[in-house]
Amino acid sequence: MRIALFITCVNDLMFPDTGKAVVRLLERLGHTVEFPEEQTCCGQMHANTGYRDEALPLVRRFTETFAAYEAVVAPSGSCVAMVREAYPDLWPQAADVASRTYELSELLIDVLGVTDVGAEFPHRVTYHPTCHGLRLLRLGDRPVRLLRAVRRLDLVDLPGADECCGFGGTFAVKNPEVSGAMLADKCTAILDTEAEYVAAADNSCLVHIGGGLSRRGAPVRAIHYAKILASGEGVR
Amino acid sequence: MTGTGHIVAPRPFRAMARPELADTQLRANLRKATHTIRDKRLRVVSEVDDWEELRVAGAAIKDDVLARLPELLSQFEAAATAAGASVHWARDATEACAIVTDLVRETGSREVVKVKSMATQEIGLNEALAEASIDAVETDLAELIVQLADDTPSHILVPAIHYNRSQIREIFARKMAGVDLSELTDDPPALAEAARRHLRAKFLSARVGISGANFAVAETGTLVVVESEGNGRMCLTLPETLISVVGIEKLLPTFADLRVFLQLLPRSSTGERMNPYTSMWTGVTPGDGPQRVHIVLLDNGRTDTLADRVGRQALRCIRCSACLNVCPVYERVGGHAYGSVYPGPIGAILSPQLTGQDAGANRSLPYASTLCGACFDACPVRINIPAVLVHLRQSGPHPPGERAAMRAASWVMRDRRRYAAALRAARRGSAPLRLATRRRGSVVRHLPWPLSAWTSSRNAPLPPKQTFREWWALR
Repeated sequence: MRIALFITCVNDLMFPDTGKAVVRLLERLGHTVEFPEEQTCCGQMHANTGYRDEALPLVRRFTETFAAYEAVVAPSGSCVAMVREAYPDLWPQAADVASRTYELSELLIDVLGVTDVGAEFPHRVTYHPTCHGLRLLRLGDRPVRLLRAVRRLDLVDLPGADECCGFGGTFAVKNPEVSGAMLADKCTAILDTEAEYVAAADNSCLVHIGGGLSRRGAPVRAIHYAKILASGEGVR
Repeated sequence: MTGTGHIVAPRPFRAMARPELADTQLRANLRKATHTIRDKRLRVVSEVDDWEELRVAGAAIKDDVLARLPELLSQFEAAATAAGASVHWARDATEACAIVTDLVRETGSREVVKVKSMATQEIGLNEALAEASIDAVETDLAELIVQLADDTPSHILVPAIHYNRSQIREIFARKMAGVDLSELTDDPPALAEAARRHLRAKFLSARVGISGANFAVAETGTLVVVESEGNGRMCLTLPETLISVVGIEKLLPTFADLRVFLQLLPRSSTGERMNPYTSMWTGVTPGDGPQRVHIVLLDNGRTDTLADRVGRQALRCIRCSACLNVCPVYERVGGHAYGSVYPGPIGAILSPQLTGQDAGANRSLPYASTLCGACFDACPVRINIPAVLVHLRQSGPHPPGERAAMRAASWVMRDRRRYAAALRAARRGSAPLRLATRRRGSVVRHLPWPLSAWTSSRNAPLPPKQTFREWWALR
């Protein structure tokens, strides 16, 4: 299948390894990944902070850039939620491509029909389901099912997993004290699991959680679950 | 008419939240209480097979009410009047307080007993009555605690949620006349018994009762109050005069519509299958209950809210407070941080709409959310609170400088070359930081303003040496 990768602006600059992991994973499964270079940002920050007019050109740009592809994948629950849930209201012409835009776990399980991607990751991992993946995309247990199939991975439940980590985009800087209080509770829950890694489907939430863990000097590392799925040798 | 009263935040949410966050006792009280109600609610909601259909029905009935509000209000007025009630109309808090004060004065009474009511908290009725030398006695246990403590409510359903039982014992010991302190423990039944004795005397002597209403049935002119303690029923049945302040959005078209809401409300609010007391009255029943029944229909910003096509769904709210109990922000800061009798997610969309976003610091409320969506999932009438928050951020005033920054970011991201150049510039800009942090790994502990808000509680990573698109181009 010919799949277009929407890397997202945050991943492009800050987390290129996540994008490389998605490419490696999908190619290993026998698919062709394309990267339309006209892509930039989905406009979520603008729209959610109250700048609809500033978001609209980016909505149009995304729609034009990805119109020709049968499937678009992004390693970000919240950017996919922006495209799929918010785009059709912002610009009705975006509805078609929005319906073909998937978060990684949706693409793997629902479109490609794969749960065991042949990964191996010999570590203790806990999974934080990020809010937009959980409550806007309704990813359910898709990411967890993928992780359960990973060889030698010890997956432990995160207490209060469905509670927000406190990131919330510009909320993190507009209300830093409340955001920090929510983060502190999330970090405590993560540490209680004694996991080596906390995985999630959004690097923006992970940079917040990872930053909080790092500030405490905690040894737990934040990791995008795409990197776990791309680890190992693949299905033999 | 713009809303007034106790729905205007005096200072921005961030400033209001700071002292609340620092109060560790408050944080512990809130966490325990919200999680207890949250879990109870989840249990009783999950046992209803058609819960989602009920939510859809609840939303549809309320939307129908909002679409036909003038017609249904007239119908309600006619039915209630025919049944012997006097209907009054109040455009805002000041008018409503004046009407109620005059009605109490006419009775010659200097004391009124009150049923727990958000509408009377909203308009600041107790303060208005006090100015007219009329004592208003709150009879809901939690409202009584708050009143004795000379405090303000911090939750819609559980106004004293910010206190634990030993703090409540102290309040009773300080403020409740005739309580034997040596006998009073912080055991909940003992505290309830002390309140019962205190209130019983008030019920028996009061000649005027004041209430709100959970529902007002247009078809019959009936008012409905649901509660847990029975104290409300005392106030609704014992006094000679009953005055009810009712927001105009409280209407339901028909009596049969209660079937939906009496399932939705108790399960969403207290986490009970059914509330212990449901009182309904239709005007005056000769020889039974209050013989003078007044209904004050309150606008106070509701018609302004109704005019907003996206924001009007906030008027579906039945004040269950499920959204407060699941909100991660409310759980950390409590109700006082919102500066309004309507706190939490619903308060963040209701207060600024009732008053207009320019009132006080209400413009800060739509930003008091991470848009995590837990409130929308819990709402029994499917108010899409995150969508309304974003809508209010869009329509409200923006901080100076922010629009210019957002415009610039949008301009950059509209063009691939500008965007790629900006990524390179961001990486170059971080180079000095990289040098400075080399010894500690590529992590930054302090960033300059405005990014210092980020590093106040978290470290920040530095961008790697190659963007994804650079890697792809060389592949």
